[in-house]
Amino acid sequence: MTQLPGLLTEPNLLGEAIRKDFPILDRQVHDGKKLVYLDNAATSQKPRQVLDALNEYYERYNANVHRGVHVLAEEATALYEGARDKVASFINAPSRDEVIFTKNASESLNLVANMLGWADEPYRVDHETEIVITEMEHHSNIVPWQLLSQRTGAKLKWFGLTDDGRLDLSNIDEIITEKTKIVSFVLVSNILGTVNPVEAIVRRAQEVGALVCIDASQAAPHMPLDVQALQADFVAFTGHKMCGPTGVGILWGRQELLEDLPPFLGGGEMIETVSMHSSTYAPAPHKFEAGTPPIAQAVGLGAAIDYLSSIGMDKILAHEHALTEYAVKRLAEVPDLRIIGPSTAEDRGAAISFTLGDIHPHDVGQVLDEQGIAVRVGHHCARPVCLRYGIPATTRASFYLYSTPAEIDALVDGLEHVRNFFG
Amino acid sequence: MKLDSMYQEVILDHYKHPHGRGLRDGDAEVHHVNPTCGDEITLRVKYEGTKIEDVSYEGQGCSISQASASVLNDLLVGKDLAQAQKIQETFLELMQSKGRIEPDDAMEEVLEDAVAFAGVSKYPARVKCALLSWMAWKDATAQALGGADAERKTA
Repeated sequence: MTQLPGLLTEPNLLGEAIRKDFPILDRQVHDGKKLVYLDNAATSQKPRQVLDALNEYYERYNANVHRGVHVLAEEATALYEGARDKVASFINAPSRDEVIFTKNASESLNLVANMLGWADEPYRVDHETEIVITEMEHHSNIVPWQLLSQRTGAKLKWFGLTDDGRLDLSNIDEIITEKTKIVSFVLVSNILGTVNPVEAIVRRAQEVGALVCIDASQAAPHMPLDVQALQADFVAFTGHKMCGPTGVGILWGRQELLEDLPPFLGGGEMIETVSMHSSTYAPAPHKFEAGTPPIAQAVGLGAAIDYLSSIGMDKILAHEHALTEYAVKRLAEVPDLRIIGPSTAEDRGAAISFTLGDIHPHDVGQVLDEQGIAVRVGHHCARPVCLRYGIPATTRASFYLYSTPAEIDALVDGLEHVRNFFG
Repeated sequence: MKLDSMYQEVILDHYKHPHGRGLRDGDAEVHHVNPTCGDEITLRVKYEGTKIEDVSYEGQGCSISQASASVLNDLLVGKDLAQAQKIQETFLELMQSKGRIEPDDAMEEVLEDAVAFAGVSKYPARVKCALLSWMAWKDATAQALGGADAERKTA
């Protein structure tokens, strides 16, 4: 096995002791193969601390929130609202009331699109206005805007991509214009790994008075996230990619916008008074949280945030950067391997997509799986990227705080085996 | 090794040297995709009465989906519709068996090379790959011979 000299003493790597927090990493698959989990961009594994918090919630505190006067209802409400405080602090939100719990990032993005579709001036998206996205968006940041465009007549525009997997901003002044109402783009691409230049896009959007929505699904788990520094109007992400449970996502929005914009889903919890003729609404964030929310999941996400914060997001970022540097070097040694996306670790996250000669990613993934190596294959819910680069699909390896250089070595060895198998 | 039960030699052979690949003249053309993985096939059928004159195809996808299209071409070209439908139904039954059907001699006689896909049926994520071209053929046949007619014959 090739080993880069000195890599294992790389000071930025987190120790392997972290792996003990994640029971699933001890699993063996396919008759005793050690699990090498490299599908973290799809979902992360959960530490014992989060699993315990979920259990404890259900065993001791379970009740519906904001409704009862009994002890459990008050404790459950305190835990749920406490999780909101943790999220607010994690993303440096000016106010906890700017944090909306949703089901996932897709729902968060759909919520923004629907707020704007039903909004009055000056936010209203209609046939005289334009929506801007990019060609590297996840389908969850394309389809809601296509729907909004079809329903309102607004024109949908997008930034294209350069050959090396970055946004082509050369025509930014033509893409974002006085007609643009909203610019929605991904902070870190789930397929290319690219970290996008937020500042340049936000600056132009602000010049023309457009709102900015950032999909931070692949950023929040991996790097410090400061919504004030981003200067966005909305930021969406999901809990399950950052050590939290599935079923809970976040939409952060600037307070004045959340006050002005109309609700999307109606129901319990989001109202102030209801008569048979009309209703008035609770203030944000409750205005946007109709129905019983994902209570246990929010509590679990709070525990995940405590866990990540105890390690330090800057340390996690440095760890993943070191791994990514190692991975791009090692993958470059594999014959016929082509990285789809930036080929260096610069301005790049820890999700690396590639093709391997003519071998279809489905076959690559299957043979890797047989060796215990879990990767994602397909178009990663970002099919326009595959079309852009003229490929049907990619294989994607993605790392997290518990990933190790040895796992990257296992991947490289596994790919050699794939090449022999189909050679 | 379990993997060998999926990637039978005969499947890899069809994948590397596909039979009947390329689009030729046809009575109907369909385009099917497998949205989870991006496998695609464009398939044409040509009928002489109820006899299958040709099944031609072009596509991209994994070894399983491509080999399956090649086997389909081998098996169906020259057959009468009723016979072809029996083969298609038998193949569908095998692929939906979750690995529980061990092909017997009777099944092997109907499916020939296609029995090699028995191992694929153990992998739920790959069953759709194996069935892609067969579903496309069924659809194209319905279009070529008229929906109602083909439905009645299938029933």
